[in-house]
This record gives sequence, structure tokens and C-alpha cells, in this order.
Amino acid sequence: MSEKTESARAELLKYLKEEPFGCGNLACPGCGEPLAMREVLNALESQAVLVIPACCGSIIDGLFPYTSARVPILHTPFASAASTSCGVLHGLRRRGFKNTTIIAWAGDGGTYDIGLQALSSTVERNEDYLYICYDNEAYMNTGIQRSSSTPLLAWTTTTPEGDLKKAPKKNIIEILAAHRIPYAAAATVAYPEDLVAKIRKARATSGSKFVNILSPCPTGWQTRPDLSIKISRLAVKTNVYPLYEVHHGERLVLIDNPEPRPVEEYLKLQGRFSRLSATDIRHIQEQVDHNWSLLRKKADEII
Amino acid sequence: MKALITGNEAVSTAVKLARVEVIAAYPITPQTSIAEKLSQYCSSGELDADFIKVESEHSALATVMGASSAGVRTFTATSSQGLALMHELLHWSSGARLPVVMANVNRALGAPWNIWCDHSDSLSQRDTGWLQFYCESCQEVLDTVLIAFRLAESVFTPVMVMLDGYILSHTAEPVEIPEPEQVDRFLPKYQPLAAIDPKDPHTYHAVTSPEYFMEFKQRQFEAARQAEAVAREVSADFAKQFGRHYALTESFMCEDAETIIVAAGTSAGTGRYVVRRLREQGRRVGLLRVRMFRPFPFEEIRTLLGGAARVAVLDQAISPGSEGVLFQEVRSALYQAGGSGPEIYDFVTGLGGRDILPSYIEEMVEKVENGGKAGLARVNWLGLKS
Ligand SMILES: Cc1ncc(C[n+]2csc(CCOP(=O)(O)OP(=O)(O)O)c2C)c(N)n1
Ligand code: SF4
Ligand SMILES: [Mg+2]
Repeated sequence: MSEKTESARAELLKYLKEEPFGCGNLACPGCGEPLAMREVLNALESQAVLVIPACCGSIIDGLFPYTSARVPILHTPFASAASTSCGVLHGLRRRGFKNTTIIAWAGDGGTYDIGLQALSSTVERNEDYLYICYDNEAYMNTGIQRSSSTPLLAWTTTTPEGDLKKAPKKNIIEILAAHRIPYAAAATVAYPEDLVAKIRKARATSGSKFVNILSPCPTGWQTRPDLSIKISRLAVKTNVYPLYEVHHGERLVLIDNPEPRPVEEYLKLQGRFSRLSATDIRHIQEQVDHNWSLLRKKADEII
Repeated sequence: MKALITGNEAVSTAVKLARVEVIAAYPITPQTSIAEKLSQYCSSGELDADFIKVESEHSALATVMGASSAGVRTFTATSSQGLALMHELLHWSSGARLPVVMANVNRALGAPWNIWCDHSDSLSQRDTGWLQFYCESCQEVLDTVLIAFRLAESVFTPVMVMLDGYILSHTAEPVEIPEPEQVDRFLPKYQPLAAIDPKDPHTYHAVTSPEYFMEFKQRQFEAARQAEAVAREVSADFAKQFGRHYALTESFMCEDAETIIVAAGTSAGTGRYVVRRLREQGRRVGLLRVRMFRPFPFEEIRTLLGGAARVAVLDQAISPGSEGVLFQEVRSALYQAGGSGPEIYDFVTGLGGRDILPSYIEEMVEKVENGGKAGLARVNWLGLKS
């Protein structure tokens, strides 16, 4: 073995040893979920326990007896991410584990829909845990059905051609903010520094924390796997998915976007939006502009 | 110390004595006073535990599942619709081999709405992998909750303790309250086998392919069967510590009986009263109370009933399209391939809190002794209005 290959091998082994969420997981190529997982666990220096309900994330980690994670993972039924996490929290705190962050790690279906009641209850009680929704905007694990996070006029198997989704995406951050949650934030895998900063802020905050991570899904969005990061970045640059955070339900800090790109640039890369007419695209643009101006008005700080 | 307490108070007293660490429960009649009392114990510090005020029974069980996975002793309590709402997590918690203990105050399931006792709520959860006990007195409720923790933590299988709604839950009886030190000796601190440990990470309950799944289920099945022998040992140890002995079934005047009535819960008390009266008339009648329903003590029941000429089962839960639930189990204990046994008849009564009168039980005995097979239907209803 040459010196060069040897050092590359050593580098790789070091990486495999230290990565909290290793390679060999079962995600589709270009999936945002393992990227998000890796960033989050690194930000927390692996001082975390994950509770995962039914979702792609419950498969990606690996089938028994394999696992890609170097932190404990507890799988739980679909509606129970928040409540099971809260049980783990109380159990571990009583056993003296004070510095471990308990993370509920759920998809948008498990968060915006079936798990919302339990999430609301734990946040109302201000349980000291971090809820992360990796948001791929549909039920992907069951084969791309709409969720209440699916955006306006997106195609899914239950919002098929001719009957594209009529309702806009539910605003989960506003719902959480209405609970006066100490910390709620919108992030994406395309801006890892921002994501890591938000996770660290969450860790430093006591009580309930919520981070929504827009997580590209080439399979469900019908996109090229190599475009995942580009598309996620465009979601921010077109104002489709603004990056912001809300402290205690009151102080809103928004990352500015002085020269927004037209939404069409975001939409045209995705098969799920390929059925849109020019009027549809105009309609989406109006909605995006409207939401952006509302957000700017509400913002206490624009950075 | 003896105290005059209700069945629900017996539950909360036992949970306090068991030094449970995490409790989550949601109010439902007639269970509510258990949740209230435990929450007060936790607020006052009388019990050093976290009481988590969840928003549903589904979340109550999901929460205690999380805490149990983290390695602490946990408890929840519910009734009827609440137990039905937990169904998904009943399977999950037993599959996850978590020694959660629950009290279920027996109450009918709607529709129509009804808040009174029958056994349809817990018996319709018989296949969820939870062990089940049906109690007859407030003392038995307190003692069984303590036994339940020992048993659950020995076989890593959750245990449900049943008490009849109102008849036990809201009726005060004199109950011997054990001393805390005595309970500590009987029930030492919970030693988890595989609790979540941030320093030793493992993944729990990941997707398991057909290649491995059956072995998990077979082990779970074996543990639940083993629980029968373990329950006997635990009961014997309980008797040694506290002087009260609980068998898995309780037979009353069965030795020479020609007709044996089988019942569960408080109706057994009415049954014994009837048996005594009929014995005075020289009738050879006995009663068998099924205290442990899961695991079902097949051998014990076959031995106790095998010598009788006929068996009449009093059912407080039905499986529409089939038969009474207790009946199915008792018959399955009696008849094995190639075997023979007593005639067995099913009687349904007491649904939704309808009083189970001594005259109904007398009617059962009359019918099976006189009518025999010919005069009786597959399922016979008692006390129906015409
Ligand atoms: C109670 C229940 N209902 C339905 C399902 C089937 N199911 C499993 S995952 C899933 C969708 C998950 O969607 P999401 O939370 O968005 O995660 P994703 O798969 O998109 O990552 C559904 C409907 C289930 N497991 N449990
Ligand atoms: S379907 Fe989508 S979310 Fe699921 S693993 Fe594939 S890319 Fe990821
Ligand atoms: Mg999804």
C-alpha cells in the first residue's frame, strides 16, 4: 500500500469511527434525511438519544441487526414521537443523565398530522427536549401521499393530476410559536452552518425546542439526486422556504433575502410541479410574495 | 395498618408503595380518582415520581413506554375507551418487553355510551401480549398491583390489573396496608436488562425482517407462558412476606362438585353465595374464579374442572359473531385433541353494569342441570328484558 492510500484509509477509518451517523444507511441517493441527521448529531457532539416514529427515518437507520447510528435510537409508533421522547427524558433524567439531549426525530406526517396532538401537549408543558421534523413535504415512506405539509399545487399520489393539492402548506412554526415555545426555527440541509447554529441554540435553551428542517426527497419530489442541495438552496433563495427563528413565541429573527429569485426556478427542477400552468406558477408566486411580506412585517430582527 | 379505602385508593396506595418513578395517566370514569390521587402524591412529594399530565391515553402509554425504555419503574391507569385508544401501544409495549404495570378499571365500551362495569374493555385486549389479573376485593387489588410489578420485571412483560368499575373502584373496604419496608423487601428497585444508555448506544425495535421477526415473537410468547410458573413463585413469596396467598385461580367447593360455575372479578362473590345456598339444599355445586387470565392457566383449570359433569361459564364480555370470551378460554382448557371432559355452557350477563343477581346464577345451575345440551343455546343470555 502506498503512503497516500494508507493515509486515505486511515482518514476513512477515523471518519467511520467518529461519524455519529455512518455510511451504509438505507436512504435513497440524494435524500436529505441522513444529511440532516449527521449535521444535527455532529452539532450535539453525539450527546443525544433519538426517538423515531414510523417514517423514512425509521428505515434509513437500518434493519435489525444493523444500525447506522452511534447514539441510542428508540423506535416508536407513528403518533408517539413527542410523548415517547418525553418519557425517555423523564426516565433518563431520573437516572442522572443530565446532559443528553432527547430528540424526537419525525417526518412531516408524524409532526404536522398524526403526531401533532402529542407534540402540542409536550410543548404546552414545556418538556425539556428537542423536536426535529425533517420535512420532505409528504408521506414518503408509504409512497408519496400528501400531508398537511405538502405545498400548494404539488403532485402526490393522493393529489394526482387534475386534483393537485388545493390547500397551502400548514405553517407549523406559527403553531409552535402560538405555544410560546422557547425556541422554534426553520432550517434546511442546504445551509449547514445555519442548521448547526440553530441546533446549538436549541441545546442551550431549556424547555421545548422545535426545528423544522426542509429535507429534499428525490423520490417524492421527482428530482435528480444530484440536485438535492441546489433545490433546497433555491427553496430559500426564492422565499418559498424562508429561514427564521422564533424565541418564546415572540421574537422573530429572519434571514433576509434582498434579491429573491422567481419561484419558477425552484419549481421547474421538480417533477412534482411539472403539471403547473403559467397561471398556477403566478398564483404560487403571489402566495410566496404575500407570505414573505407578512414574515418581514412580523420580524423583530432581519439579518 | 388497616384502612377503609376504595379499590381506586388501593391502586394508588400500591403504586406509592412500589416507589414507581414515572407515571402518566389520563382521566376517564371510573378510573379518574387513581390519576388524581397519584398526581397529588407526586405534587406533595409523598411519592418521589414524575407524574406526566399527557393529553390522551395513547400518549400516556407512549410516555411510560419511553420512561420504561430508559430504565425506570412506570405505571399508568385507564378504563374502557381509554384502553381501546391505547390498543396500538399495548402491542408495542409488550413486543418491546417493557415491564409496565397498568390498572384498568373495568367499564363497558360504547356505543351506546355506558360508564358501568363489564369486562369487554380488557378482554378485547387479550391478544396484546399483556398479562391480566382480575380482582375481587380492594385488598386483592392492592396486593395484585405489588405482585404485578414483581412479575412484570421478572419476565419483562407488561401486566394489567383489573378491578370492576364502581363495584370495587368506588367501594370502600377495610384493607391491610403493608409497611413500606416490607414492600421494599418484596419489591426491590427495578433492574432493567437493556435500558437506553447514552454511553452504550443501541437501536431498539428497528424494522425486523421475516428472517428474524418470528424468533422475537416466539420468545415473547414463551415469556408470557413462563409467567404462569413465575406468578406462582411470586405469589408464594408474597404470602411469605404478607401472609396473604393468591392462587392463579380460586376454587370454592369444587372437589366433589357435579356442576361448577366459572366467573372472574366480583361476580364470583355472588357466585359463592349461591353455591353456599345450593349446598344447603344438598346440591353438589362449586365455583371457580379465574384470577389470572393471561397467561391462561390451562392445566390448573383442566385439573380443577375435569372431574365435574358440567361447567357453566358466566361471561361479562362477548365476541359478537362468536361466543363469550371467558367461555372460549375455559373450553379451550378443557378440550384437547382426543380428550373428553365435562359439558360446558356459556351464559352472558352483567353487560354495561347490569346487576348480576343471585337468581341469575341459580338459573344457570338449573338450566345446565335440567336442560342439558338440548335446552340451551350456544350462548345464553341471563336477565334480558323481554
Ligand atoms: C398508525 C399508523 N398509521 C399509518 C402508518 C403508515 N405509515 C408509516 S410511515 C407513514 C408516512 C410517514 O410520513 P412522514 O412522517 O412525512 O415521514 P416520511 O416517510 O415522509 O419520511 C405512514 C402513513 C403507521 N405506521 N402507523
Ligand atoms: S423516499 Fe425520500 S425521504 Fe424516503 S429515503 Fe427516499 S429520498 Fe429519503
Ligand atoms: Mg414526509
